[in-house]
Amino acid sequence: MTTAVQHKSDGIGKDLVIYVCLLALAGFQFLIAYQNLDSTQMLVRMLAVGCVEASLAVMFFMHLWSERRAFLVFVVVFTVAVLLGMQFGWTDSTRMVVGAPYSNVK
Amino acid sequence: MSQAELTMDEHSTSPMVGTAFSIPSKKLAMWLFIIADTMTFAACLVVYGFLRNGTANWPRPFHSITNVAIMTFILLTSSLTMLIGVRSARLGDKASAFRWTMVTAVLGIVFALLHIREWQGLIAEGMTLFKNPWGTGLFGASFFSITGLHLTHVVSGIIALLVVGVRYKGGRYNADDVEILGLYWHFVDLVWMFVVPLVYLLNLSH
Repeated sequence: MTTAVQHKSDGIGKDLVIYVCLLALAGFQFLIAYQNLDSTQMLVRMLAVGCVEASLAVMFFMHLWSERRAFLVFVVVFTVAVLLGMQFGWTDSTRMVVGAPYSNVK
Repeated sequence: MSQAELTMDEHSTSPMVGTAFSIPSKKLAMWLFIIADTMTFAACLVVYGFLRNGTANWPRPFHSITNVAIMTFILLTSSLTMLIGVRSARLGDKASAFRWTMVTAVLGIVFALLHIREWQGLIAEGMTLFKNPWGTGLFGASFFSITGLHLTHVVSGIIALLVVGVRYKGGRYNADDVEILGLYWHFVDLVWMFVVPLVYLLNLSH
């Protein structure tokens, strides 16, 4: 069907390794939840682990790594650019807590 | 032959004509859907983060992560079984591909049932879309929206697995269709990797 398919002749060993890695990383996220960290630190660490998990899943389970490089670049650049573009509002969310009018903070 | 016809003829035999990135159109359509759906989930999670960050009395109602851990394990395992199914389909082993696709569907059903049980537990504790006993009512709205959207994807995936699996076995669909469905299922798994930490683990009561 595609170049990705042509690269599927290797055995299931690699998929199993990726699966075990994903399980371990998911377990690591659960461990972070029980660390004595503030919410921001916890969020950053969990998101970092989540991004590694997502990268492994996209590249190897979804075989993006085996597709043409142009397609890989298109997917990664386009997706990451839009996702980063969504992050512009965080400072405003902080303003909601430290300022009026809707905050419940005394 | 007119100039316009000549130009059209040149275009029809041009090596540039074909699917983008030399990917079959159905597969490209699935990738574009996945990218678009990524934006949907990302928007939901960013809005959730915005609300959580901007609300002083955000609830932390989860005492145990056992159920979520089991759900995560099941969904990750279903990705592996889907991979095996796709590989079998590629090798032309119809019986094995059908079997593993059905195993994936069963795992998806177990995940959905555990998810519904999780919801029932929270609803029994008094949580609704607009209020809950622990704090701001926004928690229920965001929790049910995000997990509900994911659950909708899982249920859609289960239906697709059953339909594609049966039709592949019957010869109406081919290995390409199984592979494209596999992309969708892995995406559902991928989204869960962000839903769990943001919606469940960050709201764990210590």
